[in-house]
Amino acid sequence: MSDLTADPRLVGARVAPKKGLRLSWSDPLFRAIVWQVVIVGAVVALVWYLVGNTNRNLAARHIATGFAFLQRVAGIPIGESPIAYDPAVNTYGTALLIGILNTLRVAAVGIVLATILGTLIGIGRLSGNWLLARLTSFYVETLRDIPLLLQLFFWYSILQALPPPRQAWHIGDLLYLSNRGARYQQLTWGPAYSWALGGFVVGLIATIICSRVIRRRQDQTGQRMPLWPFGLLFMVALPLAIWALLGAPFQPDVPVLRGFNYQGGGAVSPEYFALLVGLVTYTAAYIAEIVRSGILAVPQGQWEAAGALGLHRRRILTRIVLPQALRVIIPPMTSQYLNITKNSSLAVAIGFQDIVSIAYTTLNQTGQAIEGVAIIMAVYLTISLSISLFMNWYNARIALVER
Amino acid sequence: MGETAATADPRYAGVREQPPAGTTGPWAWAKTNLFGSWWSTAVTLVLGYLLLRFAVEFVSWALLHAIWSVPYDAQGRPDNTACHNAKGIGACWAVISDKYRLILFGRYPYAEQWRPAVCVVLFVGLYVVSAMRRFWRKELALVWVVTLVLIGVLMWGGILGLSYVPEDDWGGLPITLILATFGLAFAFPLAILVALGRRSTRLPAVKLLCVLYVELIRGVPLVALLFMASVMFPLFMPEGVNINKLLRAQIAIILFAGAYLAEVVRGGLQALPRGQAEAADALGLSYWKKTGFIILPQALRLVIPPLVNTFIGFFKDTSLVLIIGTFDLLYMGKIALSDPPWQAFSTEVYLMLAVIYIAFCFAMSVYSRGLERELARAHRR
Repeated sequence: MSDLTADPRLVGARVAPKKGLRLSWSDPLFRAIVWQVVIVGAVVALVWYLVGNTNRNLAARHIATGFAFLQRVAGIPIGESPIAYDPAVNTYGTALLIGILNTLRVAAVGIVLATILGTLIGIGRLSGNWLLARLTSFYVETLRDIPLLLQLFFWYSILQALPPPRQAWHIGDLLYLSNRGARYQQLTWGPAYSWALGGFVVGLIATIICSRVIRRRQDQTGQRMPLWPFGLLFMVALPLAIWALLGAPFQPDVPVLRGFNYQGGGAVSPEYFALLVGLVTYTAAYIAEIVRSGILAVPQGQWEAAGALGLHRRRILTRIVLPQALRVIIPPMTSQYLNITKNSSLAVAIGFQDIVSIAYTTLNQTGQAIEGVAIIMAVYLTISLSISLFMNWYNARIALVER
Repeated sequence: MGETAATADPRYAGVREQPPAGTTGPWAWAKTNLFGSWWSTAVTLVLGYLLLRFAVEFVSWALLHAIWSVPYDAQGRPDNTACHNAKGIGACWAVISDKYRLILFGRYPYAEQWRPAVCVVLFVGLYVVSAMRRFWRKELALVWVVTLVLIGVLMWGGILGLSYVPEDDWGGLPITLILATFGLAFAFPLAILVALGRRSTRLPAVKLLCVLYVELIRGVPLVALLFMASVMFPLFMPEGVNINKLLRAQIAIILFAGAYLAEVVRGGLQALPRGQAEAADALGLSYWKKTGFIILPQALRLVIPPLVNTFIGFFKDTSLVLIIGTFDLLYMGKIALSDPPWQAFSTEVYLMLAVIYIAFCFAMSVYSRGLERELARAHRR
């Protein structure tokens, strides 16, 4: 291009004649401007009309707009909450915060479990074992064809059909399953555990540093030292030693039947459990297909070439095949993660109080419809945007670097 | 290839070579596919045992020990003692035989329920006709309009001697099909316009509007949109104007589906080589002629499989309208289960609903896969 314009004969001739805006329908620029003015004008007029109606309706119903209601006492009973909450004292703001935390709790755990289950099923579909491949593809086909809401109702009805706490199914003292949900034994958390956890974090950082050093050594000398002894030392032995030095406290928190329900131990409500199981099994069917197509997308030649270089089968998988499969897997996986988060709003149908459920109760009690809907939209857009940004960053990190 | 060469050799004439023993037949097949290694053998044995046990128990529950009908007392109330005695051992299909009309057709007047039944048949016929490539021509749009008008006449009535039935009495399968079909019929043109707007380079303001619409809708769950439709629409309307619940749900679904379909259509537009648009420009076609005759027919063909997948997801998503109290198939199932004698038999009803949803979705996904294969073949050639 630059060569062409450098040619003296072509200077000036290359440049398109500059045309001004003609007020004629045959001028594309003029047409574009007219169309945009018409369309944007129509949208603005529609919004104007709707806002005008809304203001009149709100005035007629004596509803003041604004977020002042967040400071008022909520009075919404909330079944399960990760933070302390009392409906008689706490405000709508706190109630909504609990809703957000509950949504995040379901979404985060759901994403991790669905990824694990989906990956296993996706690999199962590629298995050489005919029975396993058939069963997993049956699973995928069936679960993808039933509405998630129906599946949630089904799981919830199963959990409600469990025996009452007195005849609960149990595995020793470890786990009790009844129609009030699951109760499990957990450790009484003491300062020793906090210190051990701190030790684990320090050990993790030390292991990462070790792995860097080992890699650099391998780059320089070609010799590879094993990493696992360092990992074992820093991440297992160090926390154990700290825990033992602090007197090795061990006191299980055992669920005990009192009255009509269990006391103590960790608890999972049937609503949370049904929602989680439904979300995980449903989304796993989609993730399985993504994983399967990702692995199939890596050409067989990659396995063979890596094998010819003398790599171990496990190294081929982790260093050659998976990084290439991930490039295909990550973008659709992102939308599945977004789907889990959005689908967690179905909680409202089985009575788990996520952000949609609490915001809906709030807007019914206060009449603040616009603010309630705005809060819901803001929360989901923030979560969606965060997941998208993180996954895009990860995708860019593993993307193919081309010259 | 080698085979024909071998048989052409006169020395081998008449001698048909058999494959080595043990490489064909069911036993060899099982050996490679079920018992290939010790790991595979273990998986086969464990899964086979579990599957067999489950199958035996399921047949015994669903068929052998099932209660198919129960007696009714003088007031017409079902007497479900037989079902309660069989609880946990056999299925109680009596709940289905008692409630199937309610689940399928909702509160539609009992004597008039042939009308929604005909509508369901019309809907299915419409889907089948639209699925056949032979009918992919302009007249299909006319068929859609005529069928949808016919369905409206049948459901509402009020003319041709049919009694008038208000929308509040509709329910069950027709509602699900109406929400899905009308949603699709309106969302698809909307999606095409939005996708074109989002791709336009000359109209930045329109592009911005389209991006805002698609990203806002895709960022929030359908449940939130449905709530919005149910609480905000009454505020949007001038005083005295009231949109009924079904229409509110329908509008929310159209807006929702429009955003997702627009992204699929945009994918097709992006996949089309630029040369097509440039060639159309060179021929002097106007924008709409270029889009209608050159771009869209090719771009839409490219995205048929993902479109069908979106339709499937969207058909399932119509079940969410129960959250704002629209009497779709799933909600009618819940209502049937709220009847005291049948409260304990939800599994049977959910199974029936699942079968209905699977029938529709599985048909669509089988069709999509067949079409994908066919188009891939045409593409390769």
